[in-house]
Amino acid sequence: MQLFTCPFCGPRDETEFQFATEAGKTRPEPAAEVSAERWAKYLYMKDNPKGPTREIWLHVTCGEFFALERDTVSHAVTGSMALGSDL
Amino acid sequence: MTRRYSAWTLAKEGLRGHGGWQQAWRSPEPKSAYDAVIIGGGGHGLATAYYLAKNHGMRRVAVIEKAWLGGGNTGRNTTTIRSNYFYPESVALYDFALKLYEGLGRELNYNIMFSQRGVLTVAHSEGEMEIASRTVNAMQINGTDAELLTPAQAFDKAPLLNRDPRARYPVFGAVWQGRAGVARHDAVAWGYARAADGLGVDIIQDCEVTDFLVENGRCAGVETTRGTIRAGTVGLAVAGHSSVLAAKAGFRLPIQSYSLQAMVSEPVKPCLDTVVLYMGTGTYLFQSDKGEIVVGGGLDRVPSYAQRGNPPMQRTVLSGMLEMFPSFGQLKMLRQWAGNVDVVPDSSPLIGPSPLAGLYLNCGWGTGGFKSIPAGGWLLAHLMATGSHHAISRPFDLDRFVTGRLVDEAAGSGIAH
Ligand SMILES: Cc1cc2nc3c(=O)[nH]c(=O)nc-3n(C[C@H](O)[C@H](O)[C@H](O)COP(=O)(O)OP(=O)(O)OC[C@H]3O[C@@H](n4cnc5c(N)ncnc54)[C@H](O)[C@@H]3O)c2cc1C
Ligand SMILES: [Zn+2]
Repeated sequence: MQLFTCPFCGPRDETEFQFATEAGKTRPEPAAEVSAERWAKYLYMKDNPKGPTREIWLHVTCGEFFALERDTVSHAVTGSMALGSDL
Repeated sequence: MTRRYSAWTLAKEGLRGHGGWQQAWRSPEPKSAYDAVIIGGGGHGLATAYYLAKNHGMRRVAVIEKAWLGGGNTGRNTTTIRSNYFYPESVALYDFALKLYEGLGRELNYNIMFSQRGVLTVAHSEGEMEIASRTVNAMQINGTDAELLTPAQAFDKAPLLNRDPRARYPVFGAVWQGRAGVARHDAVAWGYARAADGLGVDIIQDCEVTDFLVENGRCAGVETTRGTIRAGTVGLAVAGHSSVLAAKAGFRLPIQSYSLQAMVSEPVKPCLDTVVLYMGTGTYLFQSDKGEIVVGGGLDRVPSYAQRGNPPMQRTVLSGMLEMFPSFGQLKMLRQWAGNVDVVPDSSPLIGPSPLAGLYLNCGWGTGGFKSIPAGGWLLAHLMATGSHHAISRPFDLDRFVTGRLVDEAAGSGIAH
């Protein structure tokens, strides 16, 4: 059982968390000018890196989204932070 | 010349102390150029090589595998073969594979131990029974075999099923596909490898593809740990590592890699002769020919390349097993392992040209690509040899994410495997 740290609630069991998406995606705007290709890229295409990654997770228990930095091979977590302007 | 296997050669070798068997395939040094190179020596890659040689007459073909044959998901999966999907596109694909499996042992002259013992998908509520009858209708309309069973008929197929009326997941009925079953996973990889080798294909193990050779915007070959290999056409069949290689080729894919785990118990006497899946718990299991209970379930919830499972999913899978078969509470589990699976948002594979010209994709099979190995190989071979889609692979092109024409089997059949 792995512990993830919610920036608001502290360390909790991994089963309380849900993976949302990779960090760093910005919704293309305005909608009327967004081509199907760009929209598909935003919705579906992923880096899916092997190794260090930065992701958006949901702490289901408190309902907050936050950023988690971890490694997809070792599963080590290196950072957990509230969403801010740096994304 | 590959020596034919038969009861006769087996008997003859038995009398001679088995000294006359030859290696099932060669281990050649990589050549500097081939007409076709396939990356990944799992079932899909090996089948592709075989059909390139068999269906398209190509002889200068190589499969490049970074480790050993079938060491990826092909050798780690729970071997269930079925075509109980919802959409016509999916049934066309998976039933094509099932039909090829039905003749595969003979075709490859290799015993793949395909056992059509049927798959029983058990429903636990009236709502699920509605989904079950919808699935059965869809399968029948799409031309494959399916039957809706009553609880009594389901108990008949699997007598040890939980019959307690107060059970958390009481049996309301089931979907039955009798042509479905299991096969020996290693044998599928080895059978294709041996047959491909017999047609002149070079199978190169211990050779990792590290980059692509791109000339004039076209894939002209691969860089490997054993040198540059030029190729007229390149196929990618590396399952959970598809995104890693796509990044080297300069594009991204709609894939997330996850761990999928399975477990096996000590061997016990024959007690279960079908594959059983519970809709309510997501756990599925069957008894291997050695007597072990092989059990699996859903994906781990953490995106991963780790090839090892997390404890929460083990608990979910095993508690599901106890719910289905209370008498299995006595079983001792012997082994647990995981594979690195490539999951696509609509739970359907990606087959088609990649954004890099000359490079073709066969990936995104996620939790369910063992059953499709013959079809995946056939279709990728068609793409690589002709440069265009076979009618069956067309709906699974990458362009569906732009057009919006997804083949959403996660929603359609509600099955993750
Ligand atoms: C636990 C588990 C249970 C499953 N149960 C079922 C089931 O019951 N039924 C079903 O139909 N499917 C099942 N699956 C899914 C199925 O196993 C896969 O979809 C299928 O095996 C994929 O085959 P493949 O040939 O595409 O990939 P793999 O067999 O994974 O082969 C890919 C190969 O590519 C190689 N590779 C990767 N990177 C490189 C590189 N850079 N250079 C060279 N080679 C490289 C790898 O070493 C690997 O051997 C299960 C999977 C798992 C993990
Ligand atoms: Zn929280």
